[in-house]
Amino acid sequence: MTVANSDIVTGTINRGFAARVVARTSGGALRIFLIVVALLWLLPTFGLLIESLRDPSQYANGGWWYAIIHPAQLTFGNYSQLLQNHTMSSGFFNTVKITVPATLLVVLIGSAAGYAFAWMEFPGRDWIFLLVVGLLVIPIQIALIPVVKLYSAMGISGSIISVIMFHVGFGLPFAIFLLRNYFAGIPRDLMEAARMDGASEGRIFFRIILPLGMPAIASLGIFQFLWVWNDLLVALVFSNSASQPLTVALASQTRQFGSSIDILAPGAFLSLIVPLAVFLGFQRFFVQGVMAGSVK
Amino acid sequence: MAHMTLSHVGKVYDDGTRAVTDLSIEIEDGEFLVFVGPSGCGKTTALRMVAGLETITEGEVMIGDRVVNNVPPRDRDVAMVFQSYALYPHLTVRDNIGFGLQLRKMPKPELTKRVEEAAAVLGLSEYLDRKPRNLSGGQRQRVAMGRAIVRQPQAFLMDEPLSNLDAKLRVQMRAEIGRLQRDLKVTTIYVTHDQTEAMTLGHRVAVMKKGVLQQIAAPQDLYDHPDNLFVAGFIGSPAMNFVTGTLVRDDAGAYSVQIGNENITCPASVLAARPALASHVGKPLIVGIRPEDVEDASLVSGHEGRTLSGVAELVEPLGSDLMVHLSTDAPAAASDDMAELGKEIAPVGPLAERTIIVARFSPRSGVQLGKPVTMALDTERLHFFEPTSGMAVWDT
Repeated sequence: MTVANSDIVTGTINRGFAARVVARTSGGALRIFLIVVALLWLLPTFGLLIESLRDPSQYANGGWWYAIIHPAQLTFGNYSQLLQNHTMSSGFFNTVKITVPATLLVVLIGSAAGYAFAWMEFPGRDWIFLLVVGLLVIPIQIALIPVVKLYSAMGISGSIISVIMFHVGFGLPFAIFLLRNYFAGIPRDLMEAARMDGASEGRIFFRIILPLGMPAIASLGIFQFLWVWNDLLVALVFSNSASQPLTVALASQTRQFGSSIDILAPGAFLSLIVPLAVFLGFQRFFVQGVMAGSVK
Repeated sequence: MAHMTLSHVGKVYDDGTRAVTDLSIEIEDGEFLVFVGPSGCGKTTALRMVAGLETITEGEVMIGDRVVNNVPPRDRDVAMVFQSYALYPHLTVRDNIGFGLQLRKMPKPELTKRVEEAAAVLGLSEYLDRKPRNLSGGQRQRVAMGRAIVRQPQAFLMDEPLSNLDAKLRVQMRAEIGRLQRDLKVTTIYVTHDQTEAMTLGHRVAVMKKGVLQQIAAPQDLYDHPDNLFVAGFIGSPAMNFVTGTLVRDDAGAYSVQIGNENITCPASVLAARPALASHVGKPLIVGIRPEDVEDASLVSGHEGRTLSGVAELVEPLGSDLMVHLSTDAPAAASDDMAELGKEIAPVGPLAERTIIVARFSPRSGVQLGKPVTMALDTERLHFFEPTSGMAVWDT
């Protein structure tokens, strides 16, 4: 704050007429363009919402936009039907049971490992980190069959635990990579100051690293949450009818001859609205400049 | 509060770089010791070894009567102020200052009391609930100080704590740090590259170069009796001028120094203070002249036998003085120390050919740019150095 404002140049810069017109209009034009794109992007979601609120008997009369002209068609009937559908409701709870631990574990283990790789001294640290980063290139599909075999040998195939473990295993390399690099950017002086103040490694982790790493941890949490929440492939391979999440339950509703739109539409909308809420809940952690004022 | 001892301390990094060599210093209880030197001289490394942030590869560091070589920083009971302040950005000023006490599980009421006292001492009381980002540079610096003093540690370690402040604030905070240390009487090691800070703050100043301690002495002592060329050139602003001369003894037994074409008479008092000079007759010597020991000869009476002539190349009126850069025919002095000192201030352009002497003239001097000037030297205050070793010529 003590820096004088003298280096701020004041006055007008002499620009050509065309340049000024472009400068005046480009901001507005760009904004309009972005709004149009955003609206187009939202259109299918909006359609899904309307469709989920329509009486199934009206489906034959036309697309979802008819409901905008005839709002009387709208009903919550599909949603109450959905809640009474055991496959769907248990699928929803299974999704929660899989997603929450799979996200928390990845964030927790990933941040602890990220801190260790960034700031703790131990032999072979950088090589082990490279190995972990190298794991990023292994595609999930390659691991499916070996892991199925492993799970059946362990006697956990079909369980929710097995799905969680797979997600955690494949989520960690990216988590460690992301968090290690973010934590490495936290000024060393802060850790040293904490050490001088009497903090142990654990204290430094919980009191300094975690709060300061919140932007990265929140993004990681959202990525991981969305990935696990929306996953179909892993759940299809590892879960059984008792442990299947919402995505598998929804997929089973699509049939060769037509689909049960009255179940699919509200189910899909439900599976979409939860991650959205999570995102909105965490977005305040994306605030830029949390490090401001720390050093220098 | 404790005395500290560094005995034969050395630091070699894993890649073989040597940062500190055989550093031995006794620091008394309550003493303010300043490490000063150019960048890369090992002063910060030395401080960090005392703090426990760098491993000690050679020798021993003692805080009080305890060898702390293998004691982790948190158990050394010393507090450090970082150059970058290293404030915790997510915590308020109150929590920043109280962090160390919280970790030590101090009961809440006492913690609050201590934090508020420290804040009051530093004039931070009204900012206790702000985050660091909402503070000015000077306030942040105070918070960093507060974090150190609130713990009432055995010693303060300060690593260039003022270098991020603007000039005016630096002077103000410098005075404040001096006052705090006097009031608290806590043993302090202070690292800086700014010799003004070193001179004004330190009870003793340790000058370092390339990891080696050059001289440790009280500030005035360091200024008046530098042990070698490096210390002589580093302490003092503007820096001491160096020229090459030859010591001559005439038939009557009087000594003088031949500098270029001019002969400067050496008073008997100089020889009395530096008996070893007599053995240098006929040999080249590096003569050190402080800018304030050079005056415009037209303002001085009785300047025969102690003048040099030059041409004013630059005149900087400072109000109280005229800082005059004069080019002379005197042969320049060259040594490794000169090269080390000159790295940052090497002359360029046509003047690189001539030896420049910087003089602090009285403002009454009528010196004019580009005109010849006769300078009168205060011969009592000349310094002499052995050209090959760079060591000052005293009594041995």
